[in-house]
Order: sequence, then structure tokens, then C-alpha cells
Amino acid sequence: MEQHDHSCPGKSRRDFIKKSTALTAISLTPIAVVKAGENHEAIASFFEKTPLQMEVNGKTVQVLVDPGVSLLDMLREQLGLTGTKKGCDQGHCGACIVHVDGKRVNSCLTEAVDNNGKKITTIEGLADGDKLHPVQEAFIKHDAFQCGYCTPGQIMSAVACIREGQANTETDIREYMSDNICRCGAYPNIVAAIREAKNSGQKI
Amino acid sequence: MDQEYITNFLADEDDRVDGIDKVTGRAKYTADHHPENMVYGVFVTSTIARGAIKNFKLNEAKDAPGVLEIITHLNCPALPGYNPWAKDPKKKGFEWRGLKPFHQNLVYHYGQPIALVVATTWEKAVKAASLVKAEYINEVAETDFNSLRKTESKLKPSGEYKRGQADAYKQAEVFVENEYYMPVETHNPIELHATIAQWDSEDKLLVYDKSQGPKGTQSELARLFGIEEKNVRVITKFLGGAFGSSLRSWPHVPAACIAAKMVKRPVRVQLTRRQMFTMVGYRPMAWQKIAVGATKEGKLTGITHHAISNTSRYEDYREGIVNASHYLYECPNVNTSYKILPLDVNTPTWMRGPGEASGAFALECILDELAYKLNMDPVELRIKNYAVLHPQSKLPWSSKFLRECYDKGREMIGWSGRPATPRSLTENGKLIGYGMGGGVFGAYRGNATVKAILTQDGKLTLMSAVSDMGPGTATAMVNIAADVMQMSHKKISFLLGDTEFPNGPTQGGSATTSTLGSGVNIVCETLKTQLKEIALGHSLFSGLTSADLVFGNDSLYVKTDNSKKISLGDLVKSSGKPQLEFIKESGPDPAVMQKYAMNSFSAHFIKVAVDSSTGAIEFLKVVCTGDGGKIVSPKTARSQMIGGAVGGIGMALTEEALIDKVTGKYLNDTLGSYQVPRHRDVPFIHTWFPDLADPVINPMGSKGVGEIALIGFASALANAVFNATGKRLTELPLKPEKLI
Repeated sequence: MEQHDHSCPGKSRRDFIKKSTALTAISLTPIAVVKAGENHEAIASFFEKTPLQMEVNGKTVQVLVDPGVSLLDMLREQLGLTGTKKGCDQGHCGACIVHVDGKRVNSCLTEAVDNNGKKITTIEGLADGDKLHPVQEAFIKHDAFQCGYCTPGQIMSAVACIREGQANTETDIREYMSDNICRCGAYPNIVAAIREAKNSGQKI
Repeated sequence: MDQEYITNFLADEDDRVDGIDKVTGRAKYTADHHPENMVYGVFVTSTIARGAIKNFKLNEAKDAPGVLEIITHLNCPALPGYNPWAKDPKKKGFEWRGLKPFHQNLVYHYGQPIALVVATTWEKAVKAASLVKAEYINEVAETDFNSLRKTESKLKPSGEYKRGQADAYKQAEVFVENEYYMPVETHNPIELHATIAQWDSEDKLLVYDKSQGPKGTQSELARLFGIEEKNVRVITKFLGGAFGSSLRSWPHVPAACIAAKMVKRPVRVQLTRRQMFTMVGYRPMAWQKIAVGATKEGKLTGITHHAISNTSRYEDYREGIVNASHYLYECPNVNTSYKILPLDVNTPTWMRGPGEASGAFALECILDELAYKLNMDPVELRIKNYAVLHPQSKLPWSSKFLRECYDKGREMIGWSGRPATPRSLTENGKLIGYGMGGGVFGAYRGNATVKAILTQDGKLTLMSAVSDMGPGTATAMVNIAADVMQMSHKKISFLLGDTEFPNGPTQGGSATTSTLGSGVNIVCETLKTQLKEIALGHSLFSGLTSADLVFGNDSLYVKTDNSKKISLGDLVKSSGKPQLEFIKESGPDPAVMQKYAMNSFSAHFIKVAVDSSTGAIEFLKVVCTGDGGKIVSPKTARSQMIGGAVGGIGMALTEEALIDKVTGKYLNDTLGSYQVPRHRDVPFIHTWFPDLADPVINPMGSKGVGEIALIGFASALANAVFNATGKRLTELPLKPEKLI
């Protein structure tokens, strides 16, 4: 168990020793004895969880995560931010794209624990209250979606693409948005929306 | 690539009504729901294609943290729908269609669900599922379509048709014949199939499901578990694409319900992307042999069309591959046959334009071949054989504006620039070519029930149990209602995706606008009649009759004096009721429908540049025209047409699912290896509709475009590639290496 951040509770060296001793004890004990112990599952579960603190859509959140939980599943299942979608869990489709410290990231490919202390923006954090982001508005105007499932990922990717300076020509837009699949085929409308938002003069 | 964009877009009124929900992430799809106490189910799937499960070793998995239950055929409870003879040995009750999950130890295909692990978190369920061990009795599997289809005894005859003389093409002055092949194509919508099942009591079931037909799912589940239909509620408020893959309930749906029953907690299952290849259907592999003969002047004298597609061992799946050859073109002699080949694979299913999309590839390519042999323009060849009466039924079409599509399409593409001789035009060092391909699909109208509520604030709410996988149903319905009621779009909403609402149709067959729109039309007309009655009781309208009143601007006016008006909201108030409410059922009139043939038509025109050193195919211009009758919602109809073209690009250029001949495993079962079109593959798509109303099919005159949007596209591209290179590719997807 590595120690990245000393401000996180429960990560002190003493805690580490306490926990690993307990885990060693459990692993050396006959299974029947272990199972007979009360709250075995709850104890093991508690030891496995890592406390994290990050900024999500402008708010500081603290969350306990199990080993191996992706950033995507942490956002969806624990924080209730279901706008970001699971499309493949393999980094092929882009439906899970969010911004981490300002960069677009496939949240299915990164573990929650690897994003401790970072600044996350999801689709829910893009609009300013009731005022839609220019890219969101352009998507509606150009009908840049049909079923809407890939849309949060497309929009987060598009915003980043524009900010990266990779949306200057249509060829660029098509190339640098190719991490995002749209099975409904709204591609030409998405390109039109990105082009309009980028040229609108509004802050992206 | 074309730089043209529509920037002076259609009015805001045409924006999707669910647009804000979709762009803000507020829209909730099936797996976005999280009922209290919910747990997670993860499937274990078979690693053999044919045989049986000898035994399971579940100890390790059962001991894994967080595991609540592991369901297999060994502990799955008996369900009424699994044993239709249980109630009465003499009368067969409802039988669950297709694979019955955890019913028997038999294995019918690789990737078949054989166990479901339920755990407190998804990660724990995944971990435990990896610890489940199955021992199999393995049999030799048959999955090699292209070699097995040649053995006649393995094929199941599935229909023959003949008019006039068989194989008449052989006697024609000019004829051509060829064989065409297409591999498995998968729907793979971005939303993974998912179901959440929650039992509120022993016999009350709530299901969130990715269903194209919530009412159908409700009925199936009720009968599977032997409970009353009204005690099953299915919710599909948002559906992330389906293209036909959600027209029936696949094994994971009942599996979720079984799991929820056993653990007594809501259970969510969500397929992995790999499971999207084996646990739901796909467009079947198809081999076609087709021949056409004509007079020297280009009049067709014979069409012969044979097709074979695959099915599974446990179900016979058939589709209308050869049907368009019966009726798309005028021809006195037509004979066709269709057979299916059972293989040790999962069952195929309807995929956007099922049958016709596959058949159009062969038909529209062979006609292109004939055109060259006749030294005739391919569009002129179609026009020469334009059918005025349906050649099979001899009925007149309710409407047919295909000629308009041919004319506008060739104008938009610049067809006059097409060289008559293949491989004779170059530009910037690339080979240039033009091609076209036509499409046809049935235009239908089914039954729908719609409820309308008009409240005192003048707001109209319509509802029906239909779901929307992306075409924009609610938007189209609001458009129809706004037109009938002469109301502002902003005052109308359409609620869908819940079986608590009145009976809505399944979204499929390009029939939703026609079917549901008719329901909206009828219930609105009923509402208008009632509103007029109320109005005539008003002193403002005393002495007038119904004919003197007209609807406009959310109000009811006197025709000859529009200063005399009452708003619809005020009319509700004056009725004394809190709201006016009607439920109306609508459906086709058989007496009328049987007098006409009803179809939607398309014509796709493509211009390509081919690099002869790499074989790379570049789209220079794409024009897709479609006769779908009156276009009710221009923005969404255009998007449908574009979406179909993108599906066509996938079908023609990028998609093929490969099945291993020995193991039956899909070799490319990820979105990284099964290539669907991406941004960089798709050019600007020009679209055009004649937008002329069909006078018969329904009150809106609307026929449907969802499927003709794709049908014919692949052949248009193959024909363009031939025109550019002189190389006739008869297999999909078209491979650049064959053009070098």
C-alpha cells in the first residue's frame, strides 16, 4: 500500500502496520476460524477501501473506494453522476470521457485511486446552472445526437478538442474526435456543432 | 470533402424535445438507475460452442467477498414459461422464446450465459465470476458458413417464389449473373444492454430495461413468471441505440428477474462489450446468387435470386432477403429461393432494414453490372423498369415518389460527370467514380393508444408506452400535435417509455411515426371536437356553429372575426373540470389497406476517389434521397437519413464480425477490433426528401425513413468503386487491398 498523500486519514504508517498485521493474521488463520468470526466480510471490506479526496464539478468530495474501481464507476455508482456513460470499459468508444485536470481522459481506463487530489469535470459540471455551455447549445441546434448515449462523452471530448487547438479545420475535428464513436451516425452534425461553437467567439 | 453546412437551420421548434436532457447528462438510461438495496449480476459465459456442462466448481466463487448467489441450471427455479406443458399436458401454454437462461446444461454457442454471479458491488461480481469453473462435454462445432452452405442437406428451405418462367434470364438478349457475400454484422449500439429487476412482492415486478417495445417486454415477462400483466411494469425512458437489437428480450432480461427473485433485492445486469456479440442478435451472414436478363433496350425479362443466411441450432431466424426482387422493378419472370443454415452460433435478429438491406446489395449491384453490359446509364435502366403497379400483388402503390428521388439525386451528385467507361477518370492522381443504389422497405401502420390531457394553463400532455431508441419519437409527436391543435410546441409534451401509459407500439419496421402519429392525430381531433362543444356554450360564440370556429395560436377563434377568441386553457376552465382527458385507440382500416401496396423508397448516389496504390476509398460526395411520404419532423428525419448512411458506410467499408471456424468464438469482439465508422470515416451527407404526402396510409401522410436510409447504400458504394477502378467487388466489406 503506497502513501501518496499524508493529509488523507488512515494512511499513516501506524495504520499501515495495524492493517497489515490484521490481514496477515487473517491469512494465517484456518478458514473455518476466519469464517466463524463475526463481520469478516465487513472487516476485510473496510481494510480494502482507500479514502480519496478530489474536486468534482467544482465541489470537494471525499469517497471510499474498493480496489480496482475505475474513475468511471466511482463517478456513476458512488457519486450518482450517471451522465458519464459506460460503453465498453476498454477505452475504445469514448462514452466515458471526462476532464481530469483539464485534459480529456477515458475514465474507464483510469482507476479512482490514481485520481486522488485531482480536478474532475463531468458533463453535469459543464453548464453554468441553467445556462448551457456553447457546445451543448450547438449540439441541440445542429441535432448532433440521436439516442444521446454517446453525447456526454462527445461533448466533453469536443470541449477539450477545441481547447487543445485541434478543431481548426473539419479534417482536424474529424481526426481528433475519432476517439468518440456515435453508432447512430450523428457525425456530420457533431462536426457542424463543434465548428459553430469554435467559431462563435464565445468562451469554450 | 464537402464543406457545405446548413447554418440557417430549421426553426427552434424542430429541436428535439429531449435535447436538453441528453446534452446535460440528465437523461437516465437503464443502467443509470440505482434502486435502493440494488446489487449487481455478472454473467459467466460458455467457452465452447457445442456440447453440455458436465459440472461446475463454484466453491471459490461462492467464498469470494460480497457474493450473494450464483445461479446456474442446477439451482434455477422452475418457471411457467420454461415448461409450457406443466399446467396441462394436453394444452401448451406460453413458452419463452429463444434461449432459456439456466434451464438446461446444454450449450448451443460460444459465449452463451451459463451462470450469473450476484454480488454487492460490480467489481466483486466480476472477480467472483472469474473464479467460476465449468467442465464441459465438448462436441465438434459447426460454424463455417461459407463451406457448410454448399451442403444441401444442411439447409432448411425457407420459401420459394415464381411468376412467369423460371430462369428466364438465360433466354434474354443480354444477361449477367454473380454471387455476393456478406459477413455477420453486429448492432453494437453504444449503450450496453442492461436490465434492472425489482420484485415489489411475490408477484409484482418492476423492470428497467433497454426495450424497443416496453409493452412487449411486459407481456413476455408476465407470462414467463405466470403473473398478471398489470403487475409487471417496464420502464425505458431513454434508450441508447438499438437498431433492432432490442426488439426482443434476450436471455439477460429474464436472468435479471430470476436473480432478483432469488436474492430478494433489486439486481442490475449489464452486458460487457464482448457479450454484446454473443448474448444478443446480429445481422446474419448471407450468400446470394443473382442473375438478371433484359432486352437490348434494357427491359428486364428475368430475375433469378437465391439466398442463404445463417441461423442458430435452437431457433430458425428468417428474413426477407430476396423479397425486393419480387416487386422493386417491373419484370414478368421472377423466381427466387431462400434457405437458412443452422450453425452452432447465437441466433441472428433484425438489424436495420433486415432482409432488404442484404438483398439490395445483390440486386442493386447486379443491375449495375447489367447496365454496363447494355451500355446504358444505371439510373435510366431503373427508370425503364419502373413499376407503376406492385409487380407481385398487382396493387397500386399508396404513393411512390422514387422517380423524384432518382431525378433529384442525380442532379445533386452531378451524375452527368459520371464516365460511361469504368476506370477512365482521374483527378489529383486518384481514380474517380460515381455509383448509385436503390432501396425499398415496407411502410406500415399498426395499433397505438394515446392519452391526451389538456390542463387549465393551456398545456397539452400526450402519453403512450412506446420507447425511443434515437429517431426522435417525442419530437415528431409534438410536431404532429402542434399541427393538429395549432398550438405552440412549447405547450406540448409527449411522455413515453412506461407501461403505465396506454398501449404504444414497438419501435421498429420504420412504423412508429405512422402508427403512433395516427394515435396522436386521432386523440387531438377528439379533443378539438370537445373544445368546440365547450366553446359553443360560451356567450362569446352564441349563435355560431362548429364550422364557424377555427383553431390557431393556442386558442379557438371565430373564422370571420379573429378578435373573438378564447384560449384553450380558458376553455378548459369554463368546462368546470380541472382538465380534459381522452384516451383514443387508433389502427389501420383493413378495407383500405388491402387495396394498396405500401413502401418507402430510397436512392443513394456516391462519388468516390480511389487511390490505386493503396486501394483507399475516399468519399467525394454522398447524396441520400428518400421517399418517406410527408416529413413530419425535418431535423430528425434528416438525422435518420444521415444515420442510415453511416450504417451503410459500416456495412460497406468497415464492419465484419469474424467467427473462428473451430471454436465458434468471435475473433474481433471489441469496438477496437470490430470497426464501426468513426468521425474520420464519415463525410458530409447530403439528404433530400420529396416530402410529398401519402394520401392513404395515415392522417399525416407519413411513411417512415429509418431503414431505407441504409438500404441500398452499400451497393451505391460498390458501384461507385467499380466505376472508378473497373474492379467489381462482390463481398462486403469492400477491401482496399483488392483495389490495388
